[in-house]
Formats: sequence, structure tokens, C-alpha cells
Amino acid sequence: MASALARTTYNVFFRRSSNYLVGIFAGAFAFEIAFDSAADRLWDMANKGRQWKDIRSKYIQAADSEPADDEE
Amino acid sequence: MFTRAAYTTATRAAFRAPTFAQARNASTQAANGAFGADRKAAAAWFAKAAAGSAILGYGISNYVVTDDRLAPVTKAVAESMTALQKKAAEYGIEMPFTVAHAFSTADHGLHPPHYPWDHFKPWKTYDHASIRRGFQVYKEVCSACHSMEYIHYRNLVGVSHTESEAKELAAEYEYEDGPNDKGEMFMRPGKLTDPMPSPYPNEEAARAANGGAYPPDLSCIARARHGEEDYIFALLLGYCDPPAGVNVREGLHYNPYFPGGAIAMARAIYDEVVEYEDGTPNNASQLAKDVSTFLSWASYPEHDERKKMGLKTLAISAMLLGLSVWWKRFKWSYIKTRKIVYKPGKFDEV
Repeated sequence: MASALARTTYNVFFRRSSNYLVGIFAGAFAFEIAFDSAADRLWDMANKGRQWKDIRSKYIQAADSEPADDEE
Repeated sequence: MFTRAAYTTATRAAFRAPTFAQARNASTQAANGAFGADRKAAAAWFAKAAAGSAILGYGISNYVVTDDRLAPVTKAVAESMTALQKKAAEYGIEMPFTVAHAFSTADHGLHPPHYPWDHFKPWKTYDHASIRRGFQVYKEVCSACHSMEYIHYRNLVGVSHTESEAKELAAEYEYEDGPNDKGEMFMRPGKLTDPMPSPYPNEEAARAANGGAYPPDLSCIARARHGEEDYIFALLLGYCDPPAGVNVREGLHYNPYFPGGAIAMARAIYDEVVEYEDGTPNNASQLAKDVSTFLSWASYPEHDERKKMGLKTLAISAMLLGLSVWWKRFKWSYIKTRKIVYKPGKFDEV
């Protein structure tokens, strides 16, 4: 455990099983959010102008005030 | 004999598990050792293995299992297979290795070319503007004869139309519903939950109206035909005069992409038969491309989501693969770098 950061990480996350478990759960949660939003952003970039959400604004009328209704 | 001081410094250091950095270095060395001490030795090992198998293969095929010696064996196998097949056929059993079929494009249809659909790329969705135009082509041209009874108006919502547009489209047709409180069936305007209207009440009516040929339901037509959207596109634009010597029966049309060549459907896609609302040029190939995209979507409505999930799965699996390779090497580094030394001691003679 050379650096202070490694020591702190060890003391906070790995020293106690309860902290370890909470760390795994929180880490999985954070990773999923980060991974999904990054992947979705890349996907939307690769498919710019092709998906329904890109062309929807052309067809939506004033009557369709609830925007969530025709999302996929 | 250990003193306490000697035990805690030297011995514990020797038995302590390697640190992360040591383990990583150790496992790198260990990996080089699988086929030799270093890269050079490993390359030599692979070169020898390749040369050895080449020489062995050449020797076996030219001197041991020669064509002359193999010929009677293959002949005997073929004859016994034929005999077995004949015997089995007497008992009504069809063997999987029956007969060789000659392939003829005249009988099976010309294979369609592979068109460069954007949605064939692994990271591309359908072009939803094209699906929308394709639906218009289906509605104004194809639906005169073809049903699409497994596609409902609600399926268009969020794909090619807004909810209010889909409701308006559905309300253009009347559907039978009921019974009401007097027990009678009644007609009502269509709703989102109604399927695309069928042009004929049943298959018999469809056949009677089309000279005995049944216009297939288009709900899953891309799945149901070899070549999928390539086939649909090629078929729609592939009509031509029959070649010399081919007679097409009255009421049929020649299309080389259709198995047998004679199709009951007449050419339906011409330049400018549909007027697009978004200003896209409405020549025949554009109409065919859009309707093929629409029919492909109808067959694979999950396509966009499936591809996205697939790519995410591959990305996560790649991370996990890297992690597991590292984990294996980390765990094995103790074993790979272990040195076992045999040190003969002095034995007292009894």
C-alpha cells in the first residue's frame, strides 16, 4: 500500500465486509448509469437523423402536448 | 534454529504473497514461458510446429493416403450409402443424404443482389423516415391486394407516426365490433389496437379475385423470403420481358427473381405513383427501397433495440474477458514463478 490513495481506498471499501458490499452495490449502480448513458450517446451519434426521436419534431402537432406518449 | 528477529524479517518476506506489481511482473514472465523462455523461443516453437505439420501432411497425402488408394474406399462408401438409402426407402424412411439436386435459377429464382442497406451495418438502426414513407407506399399501393393482419396501428406509434397521426390513420377504416347490448355486431371507426385492414375477407376471396393466386400477408414477408429486403426490392423492380423460349401463361408476369419466373402480381411500383410529403424524390427505386425498409421493419420490429443491446453486451463481455484474463494470470503467477529445488541431504547410514 504505497500511496495514500490506495490506503484510503482500502480503509474505506475493503477493510469491512459491510463497506465492501455497499461499495459493490453502489459501484454497480453507478457503472450501469455511466455505461448506459455513454453507450446511448454513442449510438445516437452513429444514428443521427435515422431514429424516430430525430424526425419526430417534423410531425408532432400542437395537439400532441404530451411528449412522453409516443416515445418508444 | 530461528531467532524471533530472523523470523519476522527474512522469513516472512520470503513467504509473503507478492505485491500487485510483483505479481504483474511475474505473470508477464510466466506467460512468455508457455511456449519457451522468451519470444524468440516461442516463435521458433511455432515455426517448428508449422513446418512439422506441413511436412507430415504432405507426406501422408502423397505417400500414405494417396488418391489411388482412397478411390475404392470412397466408391465403396458411396455404394453402401446408396444401398442403405434404397433399403430405407422401401420401409418409407427418408435418409438425410438423399440425392444431389441440380440447381437452376429458372426454377428457384434468380438470387437478388446484395444492396447496400444502411441498416445492414451492425451499428445502424432503420432509417425511420424511410419506414414512414414505406408505410405510405404500402397503404397506397400494396394494401390494394396484400393484407398485413399482424401489424396494428399502435405498432406505428413511436416508430414512424405520432400517436394522433396513427389514430387518424386507424379511424379512416371501419371495423366490425360488438356485440352491443342488443346482441348485434356493429361497425365503428378503427382504433390504435386494430390491425391493418385486409383487402379481402378471407383467402378464398383473395384467390378468386387474383386468378387463383393468393397475395401473401406482408406482416412477416421479409422473414419469410430468402434474401429478405434484397429479394423484395429486386422483385418489385425486376419485371422484364421473358427470355426467348419462355412462355408465360395468360395472367402471369415474368420476373426472374420469383421462383419459377412467372408471378401473378403485376408490376405495381412505377415512378411517381406515390406523392411523398417530405419532398423525397418519388422514383420507382426510391419507392421500392422505402417499402422494402418498411416490410423489413414489420418483420423485425425489435431490430434497433436488439442491435443496441447486442453491442452493449459485446462491450461488457470484452471488459469482463480482460478482467478474467488478468485475474487468472494474477492468481497463477504464484504457481508459475514458483521454484522447487531438490537439495540432497546427507543420510546417516544405519
